Amino acid sequence: MSTTTSTRAEGRNRGSALSHTLTIARRNLLQIKSDPEQLIGMTLQPLMFLVLFVYVFGGAIAGSSREYLQFALPGILVQGIAFTGFQTALGLNIDFQRGLIDRFRSLPMARSAVVGGRILADAVRVVWGTLIVAGFGVLLGFRFHGGVAGAIGAFTMVVAFGVTVSWLMAFIGVNARSPEAVNTFGFLLILPLTFASSVFAPAESMPGWLQAFVKINPLTSVVDATRALMLGGPVTGAAVKAVVWMVVITAVFAPLTVARYRRRL
Amino acid sequence: MEQAAIETEGLGKSFGSVRALDGIDLQVAPGTVFGLLGPNGAGKTTAIRVLATLIRPDEGRAMVGGFDVVTHPGEVRRLIGLTGQYAAVDELLSGRENLYMIGRLIGLPKGASRSRANELLESFDLADAATKNVKTYSGGMRRKLDLAASLVGRPQFLYLDEPTTGLDPRSRLQLWVLIRELVADGTTVLLTTQYLDEADRLADEIVVIDHGRVIAGGTSAELKSMVGGQVLQVRPAEPGDVGRVASILAEFAGEDAEVHRDSQLATVTISQRSALGQAVRRLDDADIPIDDLALRRPSLDEVFLGLTGHTAEAEADARSEDNSERSLA
Ligand SMILES: Nc1ncnc2c1ncn2[C@@H]1O[C@H](COP(=O)(O)OP(=O)(O)OP(=O)(O)O)[C@@H](O)[C@H]1O
Ligand SMILES: [Mg+2]
Repeated sequence: MSTTTSTRAEGRNRGSALSHTLTIARRNLLQIKSDPEQLIGMTLQPLMFLVLFVYVFGGAIAGSSREYLQFALPGILVQGIAFTGFQTALGLNIDFQRGLIDRFRSLPMARSAVVGGRILADAVRVVWGTLIVAGFGVLLGFRFHGGVAGAIGAFTMVVAFGVTVSWLMAFIGVNARSPEAVNTFGFLLILPLTFASSVFAPAESMPGWLQAFVKINPLTSVVDATRALMLGGPVTGAAVKAVVWMVVITAVFAPLTVARYRRRL
Repeated sequence: MEQAAIETEGLGKSFGSVRALDGIDLQVAPGTVFGLLGPNGAGKTTAIRVLATLIRPDEGRAMVGGFDVVTHPGEVRRLIGLTGQYAAVDELLSGRENLYMIGRLIGLPKGASRSRANELLESFDLADAATKNVKTYSGGMRRKLDLAASLVGRPQFLYLDEPTTGLDPRSRLQLWVLIRELVADGTTVLLTTQYLDEADRLADEIVVIDHGRVIAGGTSAELKSMVGGQVLQVRPAEPGDVGRVASILAEFAGEDAEVHRDSQLATVTISQRSALGQAVRRLDDADIPIDDLALRRPSLDEVFLGLTGHTAEAEADARSEDNSERSLA
């Protein structure tokens, strides 16, 4: 018996956590091919937000839609990411429903790879969505005033935030009882965070009690930093706050999510 | 006896107030097919999930290939292949991509993952659908892909939780052949099934569980003889006669005859061979025309119903011990 064990095991080296994560990420990206709605959702949805907000509210909020585009584009980039995170939560949750997770957990693979691979795939989606929205914004007349360095900084900030949100959403995904529950929790979390922030309007224009929330909202720091990087202006304060938030959220939710993933039946 | 390939001792698992496993002892010899039978909710899937390291037992111990599932789950996972009760394949990938992914996840190089995927697609008749999305597969095709996925790593221990549910008769037969081939190669197969004929044909040893306990075990012949005697089955030519036939049979069998109204069959269990002749004479004396009369060994279905039909009784505990002792004798 022991001889069969070793000959059978020999054919494979165990593979690293990294290669497992890449395999799962590849799987999640391949899914897009057969589920084109996903691609449409992650491309058209942020574009729709951009066009609607800029042309419907722009005049009222900023005096002209052209000026509002400058203000809103960085915010809408960040807001779009919060919605991309939904896919993380839903995807993980559906894997549990379908029993696929059982198969993964019965394999000799890294425990962190299923969640890690999902998040890596979603980072790719974030990059895609960000480039599409930013490109479309430029077509509509958006101008970078922060130079190339600012643009790269803003891009990095946005993608890093995307990964952070994915951890938070992954936590919802592995805890929620059903995809419907994911939707409920996700919206309860994402809607107030995105709207009660500096995404669509400056905090100063809001009543005092709301400003208090807006100012501690992590999205506000991320949006302020991204905006400063794209438009030029003082970056440091907001950027430091944003980075601290991202580190804290990841440090809390990444281990919680992986631990929960291991234990969930 | 050879050292058991899979061994459990007093395995217990509760979900809230439900006692899914209530002290299960199993011994599976290497290179054999072991059939786990039991009614819905008996604890079959739970037992498999424990042995597949998916859930931890509350009590007891389970060893697979010499490794404890709780303390050495990684080693156990390298030895096993699992086909769960519900197909665990990615609907949004093609059949080939599914198998390739598993190959990569268990550490096969890219080339080997690809060729193993093609090999399995071929042997499961899925080559034509290899590049199609699993979403478009029929239930049986999914099932086959799921099975293929559990074989990618050529596991030494294969767990099959109701593998043929949803397969057409031809695919079922193909799977039986495949299982026999795997076993001939030294694979140990743990199989749960709803189809008793499947256990009858495939399993070297069968254990019947109910309410999380082993209530009987042995080879299928041993189980059949446990119920004792043979089954005499009579179908009168006139449907109206079935009641009279039943009472005649009951007279010398010493137990009530069972009557199937739909098939117009009266059935009793008898212990001596002479009973057949007696039955024929008595029915003839009574002038009842007979369509069909047969004496046969009880089917595993009858054994199964006989065993599990009584478990509601309070003395189920005592009896389960009796039975398992008898089966080892
Ligand atoms: N995750 C779970 N949470 C709560 N109860 C569970 C869970 N899994 C199983 N059970 C309960 O444990 C008992 C045994 O279930 P199990 O799935 O092992 O039965 P089974 O023999 O596989 O049945 P079937 O033939 O229907 O597949 C059942 O009463 C079931 O309701
Ligand atoms: Mg089951």
